[in-house]
Order: sequence, then C-alpha cells, then structure tokens
Amino acid sequence: MSIENRDHIEEHHTNIWSYVFVLLALFTLTAFTVLTAIKVDIGSLNIVLAMIIASVKASIVALFFMHLKFEDKLTWLYALYPLFLLFLLIFFTLMETFTRVPVLK
Amino acid sequence: MANGIAADSTYESYLAKKGFTAWALTTDHKRIGIMYLITISFFFLLAGVTALLMRYELLTPELDFFSTTTQYNVAFTLHGSLMVFFFIVPGIAASLGNFLIPLMIGARDVAFPRLNLLSYWVYLVGTVILMTALAQPADTGWTFYTPYSVETGTNVILITLGVFVLGFSSILTGMNFIVTVHKLRAPGMTWNRLPLFIWASYATAILQLLATPVVGITLLLLIMEKSLDIGFFDPAKGGDPILFQNFFWFYSHPAVYIMVIPAFGIISEIIPVFARKPIFGYRAIAYSSFAIAIISFFVWLHHMFVSGISETAAAIFSFLTMLVAIPTAIKVFNWLATLYKGSIEFHSSMLYALSFIFLFTIGGLTGVFLGALAVDVHLHDTYFVVAHMHYVMIGGTVMGFFGALHFWYPKWFGKTFNELTAKASWFLVFVGFNVTFFPQFFMGYQGMPRRYATYPEQFQSAHVLSTYGSWILGLGIFIMTVNLIAGIFSRKVPEGNPYKSLSLEWQMPSPPPHNNFEDIPIVTDWTYAYGKK
Repeated sequence: MSIENRDHIEEHHTNIWSYVFVLLALFTLTAFTVLTAIKVDIGSLNIVLAMIIASVKASIVALFFMHLKFEDKLTWLYALYPLFLLFLLIFFTLMETFTRVPVLK
Repeated sequence: MANGIAADSTYESYLAKKGFTAWALTTDHKRIGIMYLITISFFFLLAGVTALLMRYELLTPELDFFSTTTQYNVAFTLHGSLMVFFFIVPGIAASLGNFLIPLMIGARDVAFPRLNLLSYWVYLVGTVILMTALAQPADTGWTFYTPYSVETGTNVILITLGVFVLGFSSILTGMNFIVTVHKLRAPGMTWNRLPLFIWASYATAILQLLATPVVGITLLLLIMEKSLDIGFFDPAKGGDPILFQNFFWFYSHPAVYIMVIPAFGIISEIIPVFARKPIFGYRAIAYSSFAIAIISFFVWLHHMFVSGISETAAAIFSFLTMLVAIPTAIKVFNWLATLYKGSIEFHSSMLYALSFIFLFTIGGLTGVFLGALAVDVHLHDTYFVVAHMHYVMIGGTVMGFFGALHFWYPKWFGKTFNELTAKASWFLVFVGFNVTFFPQFFMGYQGMPRRYATYPEQFQSAHVLSTYGSWILGLGIFIMTVNLIAGIFSRKVPEGNPYKSLSLEWQMPSPPPHNNFEDIPIVTDWTYAYGKK
C-alpha cells in the first residue's frame, strides 16, 4: 500500500459524522432486537431473526469502527476467510447430524 | 547475499543488559524468544517426567506404582495437556519464530513488539492457572471429551480455563507474525527469496489466528455447561456430545499442523546447509505449507469415525483426509532430492533433520492407515494411534525442535556445545524413541487399548520393551539438556557463521546486536544459492 493511499484512509478515519451515524444505527438495531424479542413471535425463526440483526450490527462495527471498509484486499481476505471456515464448520456438522441413521427406533 | 549488515566487533549484544526487569519487560523479540524457549523447555521436561511415570506403571499388567487408576488417568491427562498446550503448540512457533523471523527477513523487530511481550505474559498466566489446577488435576485426557468432562468431579474448569487463556497468546502471536512478514521484509526480500522457515511460520500463523478461537469458544461452552448447567452437550438438556467433538477437532486437527509445520521449516533450513546444495523444489515446499494449512480444516471428522457419526460423513472425510498426504509427501520428496548427490556433513542438527525425515515418514504413512475408514474402526483408540501420534509429534516436531536447538545455538548465545556429546545424545534419543514407540504399533494392531493402567499379560513383553526404550530416550534427552546448558558456560566461541550458511541471520555477529541491523540490509540473492559461482 502506498503512502498516498494511507493518507487517503486517514481522511476517512477522521470523519466524525460517519462514527456518529454508525453509533445511532447500532442503538436503533439494539432497540429493534429488544422490540422483536418482546413483540414478535415467529417460533423457531425467532433465533434466526435475532442472529440476522446481530450480524448486521457486527458488520457495521467491522466496516466502520474497525475500518475494514477502507482496507486493502488482503485484509478483506483475512476478514472473510474465517466466515468461510464458520460455514465449513456449520455445514459439515449439520451434514453429519442429518445423515445419521438411528440405531434404535 | 545482502548489503548493509553491521560487522562491528564492539557492538552491544542483545544479551548484554542484565537484571529481572531487563528481561521481564523487554520488547526485544530475541529476548522474548529465549523466554519462550526456557518456559516451554521446562514444561517439556515436566511432561516428559509424567510420561516416564506412566511407562513405569506399565512395566507390569497390574496396578502397582499408582495407588488408583484415577491417578494414572491424571498422569496421562497432565502429560497430554502439558505437551500439547504448553510445549508443542506454542513451542517452535513462539520461541524460534520470535527469535528468527525478524532476523531472517531483515527487520529490527516484530511488527508489534509490546503485543509480543503481552503474548508471552498471557501465555505465562495460562501456565500459572494450569499449575494451580494441579492441586486437583483433571482425569479426562487432553481432549476433555463430554459427557465425562462434565460429570467428573476433578478440576476440569481450571485446566480448560488455562488452555482458554493460552489461546489468546497463540492468536496474538499469529497475528503479529503475519503482519511482520507482510510489512517488515527488507528491500529485496521478495516472497520468492523468503527462507522456507518464514513460509512455514507464516502458514502456522494463519492457523493460529483462525483456528484457535474455535477451541477457545468450545472450552468456554464446556465451562458454562459445567458451572451454569447449560445443556450445550448434554442430550438430556437438548445438547449433543458429538457437537463437542466436532468443535474440538475443528481446531485440534489444524493444531497438529500448528505443531509440525514450523518443524518442516526448520528441516528446510538445515538440509541445504549441510548438503551444500540449493533446496530442491523451493516453491513446491513453500506452497505445500499453505496447502496443508488449508486442507487441514477439511479433515477433522476422521478423529470421530467410531463416535457414532453418520457413515456418509465418515466416508467423505476419509477421502478428504487422504488429500493431506499429498502436500506432505511433496515436502519429503523435495528434501530427499536436495540430499541427492549433496556433500553431506553429519552435524548433530543434521542428524536430527535426517531422523525427522525417517520418523515423520513413518508417522505420516501410519496416518494414512488411520485415515482409511475401515482400518480406523479396528485401530481406533489403540496403541497404534499412540505410536502414530508420537511418531508425528516427537519423531516430527520434537526432532525438528532438537535440530533447531543445535543448529541456531551459536546464533542465540555466541557459544557452542560439545559436538561429540551432542551426537551421542542424538543416538540415544533416536534409539530410545524407536524402542519406545515402534512396539506400540504391534500392540495396537493386536488390540491393546490406550489409556489403561492395567492390561492382559500377553502385552507385557511389548510394554516392558517400550518402558526400557523410554528410559533410553529419557537418558538421551537428559544428556542433551546438560550438554546444551554446559555450552552456555563454556569458553568455546564459535565462528560468526560456523556452517557458512547464506541465510540472513548468519551474516550478522553472534549473539546478534540489540537492534539486529545497524542499517536495514538490501537482499540481493536467494537464501539457498549454495554451489553457485
């Protein structure tokens, strides 16, 4: 990464309004989490809804507070590869669970 | 191969400053490396003593040395936990990586020196927690499998908490090394000129960074289940005990490569120097470290073939497991090709490197047996697995570690050891190791299960042979330790570059100056250009 690019990044980092906006977004989503937990009952999908909101919040934190939005491709690779590993872990664990043949009926 | 390296004889070495705080609060990567080296060596010796106690118990089929079978269970839990989490996982990566990575790439330190010191102290806090747990040690084995680990009255929480804390040290070290290799390479030190130890350390760091959080969370879930009665793994509460094994091995199989890939790097450094030939298949060796690091995440279920998992999953993972053999074999063939027609010098470190190739190949091939689904059903949880694991971990990682100790010793301390004694201790270690573990392949094949304090009489002769072997191995390691410690107090001062190595760390005085390089060097040639004119 060149010096110029680094300066460019610093400019983005010092934009206070983006941080304020992100903070408000996180507060809003937290309120949304609480509201849906109290008011919305969609059975087994409750957890899915909660996880979707949590994932959006985590993404905002990673992108803006952790500056991922302004980083180079290599940093993105290191950020996204664990998500692929998480997918592997969940996919193969569920695949193993769902393909089990019951020994006792 | 490089310009700009200080050769001033009046320099201040990194060992010059004395006193507790000069070491405890240092941010010098070399000192931190030495502190790791001393700490992990202490735990290696402690874990070795527990192994000797276990082998002594197994001299006879009855329980006679330990009072209860639980005491034996505690002994193998301690042995496994200390060896895996306190010696072999942080072992080469943290100790040698810390000392060597900046020197080899032409940097003055790692990217985050303070974080590096924090990593060491976090590691030490983890060891203190574990030592506290010794008052009421766990008896679960190093794998902490549920449901037993939840039900046992022994102190599982403290020992797993110790391992959890250690994980942070591993993650921080891995991140530090990745950034260091990316950002601090000297001018001219391109990726294709990097020493293979750096490639190996980089691949290891990726595994440390990405796999370790999984075991951390798994052990936290276990602690929560045990202390708060939450049912993650208990079927009665909606959990699944197999889930623990899935999580545990998702980390712990890549962890096997965290342990052994740095040793691959060491062997790739030692062999060209003492064969006086350029390394054969440089890129193949470098990229195969990455291939192993990637594939290692796809194979974890082979540890669970007899845990009641589905046959479909077992068949898929048996196939995937075979893939790991390919990049591993690439390395072995390239090392052999490097040796071919070389002008070989049998320095003690080279003897360990050659032992590594021989023993690791046995460990790797028996791993292929265990990866084959049908064979594993017969051999699972027998002494065959114990022998295989020790051929990989001791025959591989520890032989590489011992080779590194002898190879870089003059660089670390500016002193040298008695080479004849070193060769004698190598002989004892090599013979003792094989006498200890080779009979275990046969015992396992005949059905002797692992982790039992008592056994049928038909296995006694093999157990006696194995125990005698452990004494020879212990004697060899004892002599090696005394020889290396005595070397520090000796007056023998080696040449600056005793092996005529072309690697960057050998182009500077020994022990290295405090800041490594007066001016950052400019690298102009390949690290392995032996025999070029």
